[in-house]
Parts: sequence; structure tokens; C-alpha cells
Amino acid sequence: MLTANPTGYVGSRIKRREDPRLVTGNGNFTDDLTPVGTVYLHMLRSPYAHAKIGSINTAAAKAMPGVLAVFTGEDLKKDLAGPIPGVPYGTVQTVPAYYPIATDKVRFVGNIVAAVVAETRGQARDAAEAIEVQYDVLPVVLDMEKAVKDGSPLLHDEIANNICTEIELGNDVTEAFNTAEVTVEHRFVNQRLVPNALENRVALAEFHQGDESVTLTVTSQNPHILRTLLSGEIGIAEHKIRVVAPDVGGGFGSKIATYAEEVIACIASRKVKKPVKWTETRSESFVATIHGRDNIDYIRMSATKDGKITGLDITAYANMGAYMSLLGPTVPVLCGVIVPGPYAIPNVHFKAICVYTNTTPTDAYRGAGRPEATYMLERTMNMMAEKLGMDPMELRRKNFIQPDQFPYFNIVALNYDSGNYEAAMDKALEIFGYNEMRKTQEEARKNGKYIGIGQSTYVEVCGLGPGSGMTISRGYDCAVVRAELTGKVTVFTGVAPHGQGQETTFAQIVADEFNVPIEDVTIKHGDTEMTPYGMGTYGSRGTAVGGGALMLAIGSVKDKAKKIAAFQMEANEEDIVFEGGKFSVKGASGGKSISFQEVCLKAYIDPKMAPVIEPGLEATRYFEPGNFVYPFGTHLAAVEVDAETGNVKILKYVCVDDCGKQLNPMIVEGQIHGGLTQGIAQALYEEAVYDDNGQLVSGTLMDYALPTAAELPHYTLDHTVTPTTVNPLGVKGIGEAGTIASTPVIVNAVVDALKPLGVKDIQMPLRPEKVWKIIHNGASANGSAGADASVVEQHFGEDNK
Amino acid sequence: MIPSAFDYSTPANLDEVLKLLAEDGDNSKVLAGGHSLIPAMRLRLAQPEKIIDIQALRPQLSYIKEEGDIIKIGAMTTYYEIESSDLLKEKAPILPEAASVIGDVQVRNWGTVGGSMVHADPSSDLPSVMLALDAEMVLKSAKGERVEPASTFFAGILQTTIEPDELLTEIRFKTPTGKKSSYKKLPNKASHYSVVGAAAVVGVADGKITDAAVGFSGLAEIPMRFDELEKNLVGVSTDEASIEKACQGFASGVDALEDLHGSQEYRRAMAEVFAKRAILAALSK
Repeated sequence: MLTANPTGYVGSRIKRREDPRLVTGNGNFTDDLTPVGTVYLHMLRSPYAHAKIGSINTAAAKAMPGVLAVFTGEDLKKDLAGPIPGVPYGTVQTVPAYYPIATDKVRFVGNIVAAVVAETRGQARDAAEAIEVQYDVLPVVLDMEKAVKDGSPLLHDEIANNICTEIELGNDVTEAFNTAEVTVEHRFVNQRLVPNALENRVALAEFHQGDESVTLTVTSQNPHILRTLLSGEIGIAEHKIRVVAPDVGGGFGSKIATYAEEVIACIASRKVKKPVKWTETRSESFVATIHGRDNIDYIRMSATKDGKITGLDITAYANMGAYMSLLGPTVPVLCGVIVPGPYAIPNVHFKAICVYTNTTPTDAYRGAGRPEATYMLERTMNMMAEKLGMDPMELRRKNFIQPDQFPYFNIVALNYDSGNYEAAMDKALEIFGYNEMRKTQEEARKNGKYIGIGQSTYVEVCGLGPGSGMTISRGYDCAVVRAELTGKVTVFTGVAPHGQGQETTFAQIVADEFNVPIEDVTIKHGDTEMTPYGMGTYGSRGTAVGGGALMLAIGSVKDKAKKIAAFQMEANEEDIVFEGGKFSVKGASGGKSISFQEVCLKAYIDPKMAPVIEPGLEATRYFEPGNFVYPFGTHLAAVEVDAETGNVKILKYVCVDDCGKQLNPMIVEGQIHGGLTQGIAQALYEEAVYDDNGQLVSGTLMDYALPTAAELPHYTLDHTVTPTTVNPLGVKGIGEAGTIASTPVIVNAVVDALKPLGVKDIQMPLRPEKVWKIIHNGASANGSAGADASVVEQHFGEDNK
Repeated sequence: MIPSAFDYSTPANLDEVLKLLAEDGDNSKVLAGGHSLIPAMRLRLAQPEKIIDIQALRPQLSYIKEEGDIIKIGAMTTYYEIESSDLLKEKAPILPEAASVIGDVQVRNWGTVGGSMVHADPSSDLPSVMLALDAEMVLKSAKGERVEPASTFFAGILQTTIEPDELLTEIRFKTPTGKKSSYKKLPNKASHYSVVGAAAVVGVADGKITDAAVGFSGLAEIPMRFDELEKNLVGVSTDEASIEKACQGFASGVDALEDLHGSQEYRRAMAEVFAKRAILAALSK
């Protein structure tokens, strides 16, 4: 548990210590680093979504000025130890070989076909344009539901029906639906998104001839994991690889996976004996960095007439893209495990069908599976409420897991440790003025205006995670706390913050625990030579897991400090207390004490301690939680739809989130603001649109709409605090909650606004034209719903046989 | 993103610029604010052999002045200079209003009005405003000077009637004294270019519209005006219902643009909506 200290940093709104550096151009991003002799790597990418590679002629490119090397897939294969790995889960047939440079076929627009190393970036790009590739164009597979049918063209010859894997979770729901009093069913499309971190990906590989080792400086959320995977790709043993993630400008999950370009950079550096740098352009990032979401979800829900939900049944088609990215099949697992949400639903069945298509591979994107689950659940809750004639909030209230039911097993996989869903909901309803807003809505409708109210009550699973609950590996992290000779403290953490603010929050904890000024604390991260094995930052785990390790390491340093204090004051170790920055002897009069800083000094230099106490004052500890954490909350929004244009304006947005103890409310709010913005943007703006040939039509920021402050409302944030005992800090991750909760709120609100027109669903994103067409041409107009009812009926009809 | 190689020159004065254009205008591009040209070059959509950087002309070609009843704007005047001009705010407020909704602060600090005209992006905001103001383009070449009205200057997507040896130096128009004006647009959510924008310049007397000029951005390949609409508006009362009625139907036959952000059907409908909104906003001033 945290110590209450007069320094009082924990819980206060300390400004992020990393920001002055980052916003004044003094950050240290990978592309800022250019060792002497650096040469540049440029990729030639496939313009076709599906084609056989005929001949590749690199002769002209090789003869161009400044060109040092040109690699084709066959060239690279000789130096490759293994393909880019994906982690299988479920009924995987086989993992298709994903070579950094394509060899036989290209399978998505952006697939690398050749790589050029030259002395300047311009020369590398010019040379890449001089490479001649002959393609034999093949039929393109984009639609998941068609891709799985017999006779569909195959992406990978060895994989039947393009099915990557099937994953099934939960129990048998047949009886629940056979005896159901009320059912609703629907098909939702959770569109494909492009992560668009502010900093694109960059890789700087330095092969060291002397000891045949390699240093890869790279935009990574998890340098240790990358080092292990890279070893398998480039055939250099792990202890000869150093991976450094310096300042990283956002990731949202897109910097978890291992990518082709970093493999090519390492191999190229070994070949040309120079540092090799590859810097992704924004246009490249649109096709070469993983995408997120892209699910088609068939969902049905059963309930009693008085509104008790009895069953939930889901078939989710999850688009893997052209290859299995690292966590491709893991994302639908994260969807399935949380799909019952905060409701006590006795029968839940979830099946995911993961499908290969000629598109950019998908992987974890902020929320990763949990937004998909929350979206379909919260939209379906409203459909059920509508069918039952209940207010959507009352249906939710009626089905919440009650505080005395925790720990609660959610049938699918998870044991929710704690929660108080109704408290958060009541607070949100009050702040929002729910009943008054309903009256406003009624008045507006009389005047021909379209005002709608949307809601989402969510629970998420994060803080990945307990070894026992993970699909791939144990789920821990580490911290090294080093009290320096001068009383300063340096912390090395195994998590890899890239926007989450742990340089501040971890320093707050350390400063409070040792009762030192926060200026005396430095938090270091992102270098595999700096810390023991750490899992990195994703799945809202940085503070929940990394912070746990930090607390354990602080505890161990304190233990040793007490030993030293006891020696110095000639007292028993058990009698030493540490309060207000001083070690003193319990019960001893006279106020004899020794400061933390004095203990640090003695630890390193006092010769009298030589025979008794080992020098130094530091500890390395790992923390592996016994469970995930389960943040929850209620989000509400009011929107107005402009009937003339179809434009959606958010009038009000209120959220009450519960992430347990808040170490720094300002950072918590920042995470929520960012999350809300991305979630709202999925509802209204963002979509990766492919044409029939598999070209990404929304492939630039001129066409792919990222949200800006100008479009977004003021967010009203509040919270409840329901403690968790899963970790020593009592914290639950808050990095993804906003994204998970907010998307259905907006769609529910717009559907509610257009209820007088008979609108039941609108497929995201709710672009003005789509909404306008529904208003002017009726609810069955193009784009009004995921599919007509017969498709859904057919789906569940077949499933019931 | 690295452009392909090009020759780069920085002529010191207008004569030198015109000389270079006369020598090889076909293979040259003029660099002013660079906010359209440089992105196109970085994407290698534009691969000019020669760049003529005219920064030296900035002092000479950045101005906003009124001479007699003509307002003259130098081609290198930035959007921000237009947005913040007291002269324009008083005499032609539609220009500062329209300039204020272009891109973002960086774009407005660098982008120039002349660049916007000669780049002729159909979704740009200022061309339709200049069209509604009956502006004229002053084009200079080594051979001399010629003046082309906005109504014939725009020739297609990214195409104008400017000759390869010509430089746009000034845009000028009669001061719209006594007119009411406003620019309203539906922005593309990604780029904030207009899906459809309407620039309305109207005269009013005795509660009725006496004359109207309405230019449209984003609607078609070039900025458009419609005789039918402008005739319909004459004599119409200034109440919302009358204006709305007068704005109906004029766009139904237009060969509208179509992309991710709006179909032809939607753009035609939005032209009517934003014509109404721009006129009502103008009348409310």
C-alpha cells in the first residue's frame, strides 16, 4: 500500500515532467538519432492487393548513385532465420510464412517487394523507383463473409477457406434462446481503423562488426519482447541484440508487433557494415503499419418480458488482413472474454472466425477487442430496451452485477474482482441531467429538431496481466530502484511509456515513498540493456503492473535501508521506523534519527559496514498480479443532428469512470480525453475504405478523418473510486477506457435522435452524407444498417440447427 | 518524403522571374507559399524539373489596398493577412471570413491567395469568393500584362488559363460597396477543404434582394455560379422561407464532383443548403 507522506505527490495534479522536453523539440525520438555514417533504407511496396511476382529487375537501381544494396525477397531469405511471427490461438490450421520481403506473391497493397539502401534518403527512393517488377495480378479477396466460402480465391494455398483460426468461448446458449420470451438480433459492422500515432515508425539498426552484435533503436512499445522475436528473425542470439526505444510518439498498439522493416534494417546493416535507418512516411504508415478493428458481428440477445437478460450469442468475423500479425488472433479473444460486460448474463456464447483478406494485417489498436465487445453489447442493449419498451438505463440497472456478487465469474473467462456499476451510473445520470435532457429532447422533437441521448455502461479488462490468464506468456513486469550515493533515486522500469506519463506518476510514487523531492527522482525506460525482462506498455498495464513492480522494489530498498539505519544507530532492524524521510528507533527517546540521504551515503561508502552489510542500495523486483483489473463506468451524451446536412453535433458528453486510485488526476483525465476522442472518431469520422481492387481509398490524412479539437465537445469528467486489491497501488488501467466506452454512446445517441424516423441502426462512421440520406430517403437507404434482417435471421437460423 | 530532383532558382526581382518563365515555363513551377506545391512534390504527384522560388517578390506582391473603387490584393498576400486585414473587414468582409476557415494556422500563415488561384483546387475556398466578387486576375509575362476575369480563369481541376510564361501578380475587384456578403461551407472532416462552400454577395433594398452573386466551392471541377439561382433571387423577400424557395433546384443538373466525402447527389443538395445559409448569414449582417 502507498504511504501517506507529507510530500503528497501521489494524488496531486503534477504537470507531466516529460512534456517540456517533448513540446520544445528536445525529445529524443528515433529519427532524431543519426550516428556517423548512417545510410538510408527505402521500401518498394506492392501497388497490387494480390499478385504473383514474376521477374524483378534490380540492375538499374543497383547502378544508381549512392546505392549500396538492393534486396529482393529471395536475397533477404538467405540472411533470414525466420519469418515475422504471429501468435496462434484457437483452431489454427497453420501460420503462413510472413517474409519481410515478399517472395512468391504480394497479398496487400503495401507488401514490401524490394528494399534499397543508399547514402541518402532521396537516392534510396529514386533507386526504388528504378526497380522493375512484373506482377501477375490475381483476384482480390476483401469481404470476410465471401472469403470463407468454398471456391473463394485463397491468399495462402495451404490455408483452406482463408480461415486463420476459429475461437469459441462460453457455454451452451441453445436452451436460453429456445425458452426466451424476447429476443433481438442484429449484424454490426465495426469498421477498420488506421492507428495514426503522431510519430510514424522508425528503425535504426547498427551492426557492430567487433562483437557481431546489433543495436536496434526503434519505435517500440515493448523492447524486450521485440528483442526476443528479432533474434528468431535475424538469427543473432538475444544476448547480442540490444533494443532501445527512446522517446516514442504514441502507439495505440501499433508499435507492439514486430515488423518487416526493422528486420530488413538489421540485415542491411550487417551487409553494408553501416548504421541503416528507415523512417516511415505517413503515406507508408497508412498501408504498412497494422490496422485495427474490422469485425462483422452477428449478435442475438434473449431476455424475459420484464427485462432480465438470459442469453447472449455472438459470431464475430475478425479480419486478420493478409498475414497473421503478432497478436492478430488475440484481439478477438480480448473481445470474447469481456462480451457480457457489466451484466449478470447466465448464458454467453462467443465464436470468432478469423479471416485472411488482401488487406493490411490487423493487430491490437487502443482497446483491442474490448471496444468491439462494448460496441455490439451496448448497441444491442438499446435495441432490447426499445423492444421491451424500457428506458435504456433502466434495462442496464436491472442487469448490473451487484456489488455483493464480486468476485464474479462472467461465464466466458474472467473473474471480475470488484465493481459498483450502479453508483457510477447514478452519478453520471445526475451530472448529465438525464431526465431534464429527455424533456429537452421531447420539446425539440415537437419543433422538428433531432436531439438524441446515448449511453454506455461498460466494464473493461486490462492491466495485462496475470500469468494464469494470458494466452501467450506470463504477465509481469519489473523495476529496478537504485538509491544513489547522493540520495537521489534512479528507477529503471520494464514498461515502455510512450505518452502514458509514467516518468511523472512513477516519480510521484518514489518521491512520496522515500520522502524526497520529486526533482531527486529519475525514471528511465526503453532499453533492454537497462532493465531485466519487461513486457512493455499496452493493454493499460503500465501502472497497474509496472507500478506494482515499482512498489515491491521500493519496499526492498526500504528493507535494506532499515538494516543500514539499524547498524548506524546500533539498534535492532525490527525496531526501525521510516517516517517523514527519517529512520528512527521505535520507542527510543531522544529523537535519534538518520535521514534517507545519510543512509544512501553510508550504504556506498561506510567502511564500518564492510564485514556486515553488502554495499549498495538497490533492488530489482518483478510483480505478476493475480488477476486483471476491471475499470468501469457510465458515459452519456446528447447530440443534435442537422437535418439539412446530416452533420452530428455533440451537445454534451459526461463520463464517470472508475479506475480505482488516481495517482495523478490530470494524467488520468488526459488519458480519458484522448480515449474519448478516438472512440468518438470511430463513431463519426474514421474509416479505412478499400475499393474493389484492394486499394486504400482513405489512405491520406486528406481523406482519413482524424478528429481535432474543433469538432469535439467539452468533456465533463467525474469518477468513483472502487478499490482493487489486485495490485499494491490499488489502481486500474485507464489508457483505453475512453475508447472502449465512447463509440456506442455516440451511435446510440444518433439512433435515438432519428428514432421518430424509424431508424434502428446506422453503420459507422456516421458521416454527414450517410445520416442525411437516412433523413431524406428513409431508414432503409444505403448505409442505414449493417444488413437487412433476413441476413441476420439466416445466420442464426443456420446456427440453431 | 523526398521529392524527385529539381533545379532551384531564387530570382531577385520580377523581371528575372518573368525571364525564367519565358525561358522554360513549361517545365517550371513557381514556389510562393508552397502549401499546395510542396506536398504534391513530396508525394511525387508533381515532379517539376525547375522550381522558381519567388520569395524575393514577397515585399512587392504582398499588399491589400483600395485605389478608387477597386480593391487590389497582391498575389503573395497570405491567408492570414487577408483574414486580419482591417481594410477587407470593412470593405469586403467575405474575404476575411472565408480566409479564416481555410486549413489551420500554419496553412494560413504560409498559403497565399495567388497560390490558391493558380493551383485551382476545386475544393479551395477563395476561388469561389473571387468568382462571386467578379474579381480579375492580373497576369504578367515578359511580353507584358493581361487581365483575365475569374469567370474564365478557372478551366478545370487544378487547371487555369494562365500561360506557362505568366505569373499571377494581383487579384482585383470592384469594392462591393453596400453589398452584404458571407461565406459558409461544409468542411470535409479530414482535410477541412470544402465539400461544398457558398460565397454570397447580395444587394438589398426595401426588404428585397436586388442582385445576387453566389459562388460555389467543392461542388464541381471549377468554382461555379448559376444564372438561374441569381435570377431567382432578385426581388425575393429576405425571410428564410423565401430565400430557401429561391435556392431550390438550381444545382440539380450540375456535373458535381464525387468522392468519399460526398456523392453528386449530396453535393447538389448541399449547394442548395449552403446557398441559403450563406445568403441568410449575409442578410443578417
